[in-house]
Amino acid sequence: MKTASSESTSARLLRTVGPPLLLLIVFLGFWQFCVWWFDLKPFLVPGPLRVASAAVASFGKLAAATRVSAAAALSGFAASLVTGVVIAFFFSQSRLIRVSCYPYAIFLQTVPIVAIAPLIINWFGFGFRSTVIISFIISLFPIITSTTTGMTSVDPELLDLFRLNQASRWQIWLKLRLPNAVPHLITGARTSSGLSVVGALVGEYFAGFGVNDYGLGFLIGRNTSQMRTDELFAAVIASTLLGITIFGTVSMAGAFVLNRWYNSR
Amino acid sequence: MPNVPLIIARQLGMSYGDASPILKHVELSVARGEFVSIVGPSGCGKSTLLRLVAGLREPTVGQLTIADAAPGRSQTKAAFVFQEPNLLPWRTVTGNIRLPLELDGSHTILGKSASDELIEQAIRRIGLLPGDAAKRPAELSGGMRMRVSLARALVTDPQIMLLDEPFAALDDILRQQLNEELQRLWWNKRWTGLFVTHNVSEAVFLSQRVLVMSRAPGTILETIDIPFDFPRSPELRAAPEFASLTGVISAHLRRAAGISESATSTRIAEGTA
Repeated sequence: MKTASSESTSARLLRTVGPPLLLLIVFLGFWQFCVWWFDLKPFLVPGPLRVASAAVASFGKLAAATRVSAAAALSGFAASLVTGVVIAFFFSQSRLIRVSCYPYAIFLQTVPIVAIAPLIINWFGFGFRSTVIISFIISLFPIITSTTTGMTSVDPELLDLFRLNQASRWQIWLKLRLPNAVPHLITGARTSSGLSVVGALVGEYFAGFGVNDYGLGFLIGRNTSQMRTDELFAAVIASTLLGITIFGTVSMAGAFVLNRWYNSR
Repeated sequence: MPNVPLIIARQLGMSYGDASPILKHVELSVARGEFVSIVGPSGCGKSTLLRLVAGLREPTVGQLTIADAAPGRSQTKAAFVFQEPNLLPWRTVTGNIRLPLELDGSHTILGKSASDELIEQAIRRIGLLPGDAAKRPAELSGGMRMRVSLARALVTDPQIMLLDEPFAALDDILRQQLNEELQRLWWNKRWTGLFVTHNVSEAVFLSQRVLVMSRAPGTILETIDIPFDFPRSPELRAAPEFASLTGVISAHLRRAAGISESATSTRIAEGTA
């Protein structure tokens, strides 16, 4: 019974992971073949083998930069999570507050981050702090909108039930609106977690530099300007892996919460 | 049971904004400990009437008192059971039943052990097993969820129970079973029950009186006394008197909905021809 179950698990895993893995192998092979066939210059398009060898050679540098970027992205994401829930709390208090403040929240979503990044550097200087602020700004909006939706889309009959039992405004928020918003918050957090990495990298590209303390965004900018395309590709792959790791961790945490307390995924 | 009126409505009316009224000239008197059912066509304001009694809405016209006070100011504890169980999915059965005690402060006043005892009693009373206490709503069947909803209403030991089609979504067997349990709960505690339903048989089985409401704007057209003694057994449903009374109320209901007897008979005859 146990064997059958584990077999079916590994078969399921193979069915899930197998096709994209096979596609990746085919793609890498095709890429290497094109580089060889068209005799592409390494500073334009390095082959995957060259990228892999650059990644191995600069592993220490890449790992350190990934740590810095991860710290910036996670700090921006955590700040957006806390601030987003606080803002959603105020938004859920009255329609007037929502109508008045929503256009300014939309500003966060629509403003081109590259346009305000220099402004943030002017205010907060180069380095980690500005990077975190840029990551925070870009990842805040999904948290605000999804959490506000969750806090305001409460079943009217449940509100009646709470009022019938003389619930205070605070009790309605704490025992009804906030838990009702959790599945929505998780959806928003998944989107935000990916955006926080984008924000951290953009922030580092513009604002993040230091002699020994730089992130992947800075590394990408420097490798671009020095035409180290193989290292640039390695940094891009590291950035992608960082994004997938943070997104995957947040998604798994969200699935655990939904499964444990909401009996749904 | 002394016939002391607890819920009194005089010329009660209700409308939302400038829309045509939902309720008009409602005259109602429900005695303490009485079980009254309200039937009527869809949209006639039955649920609105319950919400007015609960103090969840304000009447626009007329007067409504519960133990001589306006519903919102009355010291009489009322509980509401909705058509949907409306359980909080993130809470266990125990957590859901505890909710009213937490909200009105009883949980803090009584202390954990006393409120846990009340919850256990409520779980036992509505026929759930102790093992169900730690389950979440998603793990329960529709009937069990409705039992939890009833337990949540009963845990505060209310003097008035307002039930808004609580069994409408359940199959007929389960509905009958829960009717019998609801009757037992009422018979044991003798709270005042106001029960809205579309099911005439259910109304007759449970109630001492059945009120028939008109189409919107709803008003009370007929009051039918149900003479059967309590506690009522399931066999009552097969009695000719039960069928006869059900037929009388159904006829009132058809008239209230604006369906004439002759039109119905003609359609039946056309169908069989």
